[in-house]
Amino acid sequence: MNDRRSSIVPYIDWFSIGIYAFLVLIGFLNIYSAVYNPAHPWMLDFSQRYGKQFVWVMTAFLLAFLIMLTEASFFSVFAYALYGIFVFAMLAVRFIGRDIAGSHSWFRIGAIGIQPAELGIFAINLGLAKYLSNENVKMAKTSVRLRAVAMIVTPILFVILENETGVAITYTAFIFVMYREGLSGNILLVGFIAIVLFILALVGSKLVITGVLIGIALIAFALFTRRKRKDLIRVGLILGGGLAMVWGTDFAYKHLEPHQRKRIDVFLGSNVNKSKEGYNLNQAEIAIGSGSFLGKGYQQGTQARLNYVPAHATDFIFCTLCEEWGFVGASFIVLSFLTLLIRIVFLAERQRSPFSRIYGYGVASIFFIHVAVNVGMTLGLVPVIGIPLPFMSYGGSSLWSFTLLLFIFLRLDANRMQILK
Amino acid sequence: MNNALAIRKYVIAGIFAVACFTFVFRLFYMQVIDDQFKLDASNETYRHMTQYPPRGCVKDRNGKLLVTNEAAYDLMVVPGQVKDFDTNSFCSDLGITKADFISGIKKAIILNTASHASVFMKEVTPEIYAAFEEKMYKYHGFYSEVRTVRKYPLNIAPHILGYLGEVSKELCKNNPKYREGDYVGMSGIEESYESDLAGKKGVRITVVDASNKEVGDYKNGKYDTMPEPGSNLTCTLDANLQAYGEKLMHNKAGSIVAIDPSSGEVLALVSCPEYDPNLLVGSIRARNYSSLVLDTLDIPLFNRALMAQYPPGSTFKPIEALIGQQEGVLNEHTVYYCAGSYPGGKPKCDAHHGSLDLEPAIAKSCNTYFSYVFMSIMGNRKYPTMEEALDSWRKYVNSFGLGTRLDIDLPSALRGNVPTVEHYNRVFGKGHWRPFTIISLGIGQGEMEVTPLQLANEASIIANRGYYFMPHVIKSIGDKNEIQKKYTTKHYTLVDPKYFDVVVQGMSDVVSDGTAAASKIPGVTMCGKTGTAQNPNGRDNSLFIAFAPMDHPKIALCVVIERGGWGAEWAAPIASLMIEKYLNDTIKRKDIETRMLDGNTLHYLEEEKLHPSHTSSVKHPAQKPKKQTVTAMKQ
Repeated sequence: MNDRRSSIVPYIDWFSIGIYAFLVLIGFLNIYSAVYNPAHPWMLDFSQRYGKQFVWVMTAFLLAFLIMLTEASFFSVFAYALYGIFVFAMLAVRFIGRDIAGSHSWFRIGAIGIQPAELGIFAINLGLAKYLSNENVKMAKTSVRLRAVAMIVTPILFVILENETGVAITYTAFIFVMYREGLSGNILLVGFIAIVLFILALVGSKLVITGVLIGIALIAFALFTRRKRKDLIRVGLILGGGLAMVWGTDFAYKHLEPHQRKRIDVFLGSNVNKSKEGYNLNQAEIAIGSGSFLGKGYQQGTQARLNYVPAHATDFIFCTLCEEWGFVGASFIVLSFLTLLIRIVFLAERQRSPFSRIYGYGVASIFFIHVAVNVGMTLGLVPVIGIPLPFMSYGGSSLWSFTLLLFIFLRLDANRMQILK
Repeated sequence: MNNALAIRKYVIAGIFAVACFTFVFRLFYMQVIDDQFKLDASNETYRHMTQYPPRGCVKDRNGKLLVTNEAAYDLMVVPGQVKDFDTNSFCSDLGITKADFISGIKKAIILNTASHASVFMKEVTPEIYAAFEEKMYKYHGFYSEVRTVRKYPLNIAPHILGYLGEVSKELCKNNPKYREGDYVGMSGIEESYESDLAGKKGVRITVVDASNKEVGDYKNGKYDTMPEPGSNLTCTLDANLQAYGEKLMHNKAGSIVAIDPSSGEVLALVSCPEYDPNLLVGSIRARNYSSLVLDTLDIPLFNRALMAQYPPGSTFKPIEALIGQQEGVLNEHTVYYCAGSYPGGKPKCDAHHGSLDLEPAIAKSCNTYFSYVFMSIMGNRKYPTMEEALDSWRKYVNSFGLGTRLDIDLPSALRGNVPTVEHYNRVFGKGHWRPFTIISLGIGQGEMEVTPLQLANEASIIANRGYYFMPHVIKSIGDKNEIQKKYTTKHYTLVDPKYFDVVVQGMSDVVSDGTAAASKIPGVTMCGKTGTAQNPNGRDNSLFIAFAPMDHPKIALCVVIERGGWGAEWAAPIASLMIEKYLNDTIKRKDIETRMLDGNTLHYLEEEKLHPSHTSSVKHPAQKPKKQTVTAMKQ
């Protein structure tokens, strides 16, 4: 027993753990700076957010340690069970959860709030990896694709019912996983085009876009005339889909919740009142811009810290970083994230077990979506969607969630030599 | 298969890399290239200054300013930016002690955290501010915000205009428009038209250098928002009439409500004892407010016109006459015999009137006659049971706006009370009461209670011969000459207009040779009805409802003088003076005017307080609100 455990230590990827520890530490210091209260200067004052975050960080480290002590096979054996438990929790929280800021998505255990939608994403990832790693499961089969999508969509539906649209969006990360496992690459393309059309339809004239689409279709039609009828049908379908998208956008937009519509308005810069809806974004931009090349220095930021930027410890935490550490610090953090992402992809690719590989891609994709949406929103490139920046945003649920995701993978990775191909 | 798909790792890693490098470029653009978001010196800070909009002013119907604004300066502090300075000179400049200073800073930190601006001192007087402003640069972290406080140039109509108070914590939480320390309308027009008067706050972002000096607007004001001033309101009040009414009511407890019957516009709404509205503005508000609240003898904050509930007494008789006619149990020739009381000795009448028909019965306010009328309504063959007859009677009364809350555009108007069948079943037991049990309802006594506003509205209905416009105090908002539709729709009573003529005639007789003959106005045909309502707490209340001229009435009103005795003693002369003032602008009957201006009815209350003759019944409403007391301070 003892030999086996000690035997994994050389196989642990200390590089990833190093980046993780670095980001968590910077995250904590950043929160300290962002919400610093001169009346409570002590970093570990538990009445303040930094004191609380310290507890979260310590418990996250403990969690990571415990995961490393766990038998690797545990995660694969209990993958479905964990999946089931968390999907059930996501449903149950709607009925027995606490109402925080309009969404019934938190369990309260003493003073600790647990959000199953956020925390449970590792379990969804495990379940999906388990299913897709099954030898008889081939992405080429429609039934497989449908089942995999159902495994992802079910929790998304529950999460949307909890009014946590932001969290639901992070579940789209699994598209990358399915793509890696054989889903047609068109899916990424279609998704990309859909987003572009959606934005165009909101910004530009629908008639013009319709004309352009028909024009493109006609050209495609001309190019394909010598080929099979099947292609014609395909072009027709794509054109139909595009048009439905453009005209449906208006409908969908009108049926969004007012606050969601506002976020899109802000993002597109239309119908925006600077002091109101645009306020978040503007203040964030001022804070970031004022950071300049080298930043104002640690604890010297004024904009983000002075509460001009809302949610400056949670969703807009990146702002403080940009303001105090400038372009140098902020891009260093972005590149650290990129390094971690690429490292995970590299680790995933070296797995002998498909289960570990798929899980690893899941981890990388989930981190990516969070970083992309959160940083993108702070920089005004993506509509404001309230999801945390991994390791850096204030909050225990998210820190635990990202720690679980990463360390389960590192545990699986450390075990890679014991898996026979 | 894995090998074929393994190449996809480059696509995925590529997407990750493209996204991250996009962010890096974007950061480079925002932080290095584009100076749109940049600050010139790292030491500079932004200061987000709230631009308070001036609150809307209120004018009377003739354009006289009733409420306006005065500038006041709030001293703000950002505790986190406070640096060492000479606190002694700071404190002496502001006229505060060092302990005040420390507790002020502590309070600011607790309230809004150290990094957020808080109000350090509210409404610094212009003199102190002028001296302080020159030295402001020395005091890092302090700056001033201009805001306005209310001013009431004519010093009238406190109960209609209302006052401002600091927002409650709940409102701050529920409405992002408000920040702690903001003022919000707490009563009167200020409350009911808060959303129109308040305007929208703006923000001005200024750049402040290391020496606490404002360097200029951030980005030339690109991100500033201008405050939007609140809308000016035009009130339906006639300031002259209102002021005159308040003068007449001096040293009296009660109210006057005057309405233009052709539109439902309230011309005057007096509630006395009253207070000086200028006492409740700015920093002196808190102190004055508590002393006004503590005045439980006069209860000056209490708006009697909307909230005091009195038995209407004989002022109810015109309605009784109308219902009787509509129900077919009474016409102008119906004769009853008055032997000084209704058979059985109750209710008593003031005189032995002999045989009389409807018109003189109104003119002489014969209790016996109207008791007969009430009994005949209750015994109407149309209704199988007495309960149904009472129900029907009650519906008629409700259609006159009594027993229902009039939807005036002022907060907290009360509905009064018109008792129900259920009420009597509860009190006497089902089947254990008879029409005779409740006969005093017919002469406006018993459980019946009305507010002065409702009585004025009754006068307005009779003046219009059958309908009323919902009373309201605002004529127009901003430039729009529009008011809510509910104030321009006619509300008809359940009584046919043809029955009103005889009642109007009777009310004209009241003034020409009836109970209020002493209050005749030369050259004006006034119609009125006196009321002497029993007051369980002491001396009778003196009531009068009236309108004038008889044809095409321009004003309808009600006067209630608590403990004034006979309706003709105080209420009728005051009402006649109000009408004379409104219609003729000059008062010819100087003797009556002098008597009313000098009169004092407050001493009755004081005497009752000093010598409680009927032991338990003399209780002040503010101390123990009883069901039948004059008032019940519901708020």
